[in-house]
Amino acid sequence: MSESLTLDKPRSPRRPAARRSNFELYSWLFMRISGVALVVLVLGHLFIMNILDGGVHRINFGFVAGRWASPFWQFWDLAMLWLAQIHGGNGLRTVINDYARKDATRFWLKVLLYVSMVLIIALGTYVIFTFDPNITD
Amino acid sequence: MAGTTAPERAGTSKGGGTLYRGDLGMWSWVAHRITGVLTFFFLFAHVLDTALVRVSPDAYDKVIETYKNPVVNLFEVGLVGAVLYHALNGIRVMLVDFWEKGARYQKQMLWAVLVVWVLVMIPGTYYMLVRTVTDLLGGGH
Repeated sequence: MSESLTLDKPRSPRRPAARRSNFELYSWLFMRISGVALVVLVLGHLFIMNILDGGVHRINFGFVAGRWASPFWQFWDLAMLWLAQIHGGNGLRTVINDYARKDATRFWLKVLLYVSMVLIIALGTYVIFTFDPNITD
Repeated sequence: MAGTTAPERAGTSKGGGTLYRGDLGMWSWVAHRITGVLTFFFLFAHVLDTALVRVSPDAYDKVIETYKNPVVNLFEVGLVGAVLYHALNGIRVMLVDFWEKGARYQKQMLWAVLVVWVLVMIPGTYYMLVRTVTDLLGGGH
């Protein structure tokens, strides 16, 4: 750690002015806080949907209607949707920052990422709030 | 900041320092990235297919039938395995960051992650595939 604390010419006039933003700190903290919640939400979801009581073979429209009749599961799925999208989107932002070589590539990949995040969060939220079990009636 | 930034040499083998590149710790980070990115892409598709409940019960039931296909069923085992690794290793990353002895036990914790992963995946794989396998072998009882 001492290596990273050694400043190269600390009084050099060409040293860029410090632009203090804590964004990356909050992003780092968010990954851990949302990660704890997602361990419960996502592993619970996978266990119920894929393993418990016949797993994926019992899932159909009626099964979804039965679950979303309960505000508990509505809230579970809503929280999972938002946290997973922001957690995963922030992860992909880091991956893009690491591997995109040209500024233009980085910019457009992030535009694509943010558009898809907004789209999926909006669509998923809309579906959870407007779900109608009697849609065909 | 384990788990968020690209790997760099923590020291050189010549200098007798610790070597990060090529070590098991680097591969745990690589696997964390790959499983995270794959899960994010799956999530995109999964929200779209679930949104079909807003179209009609028939449209939803049709798309959910593909999840019950034997090949897709196998991919589900892969998805659960990927998410489970990401979750367990994520807990390890948090312990490295927030637990004062976390960095010292990071290697032991990685082995714990792998052991727990195997112990959960064995019954998990069984319950995910049992119906598909009996259908394939038994032929429609």
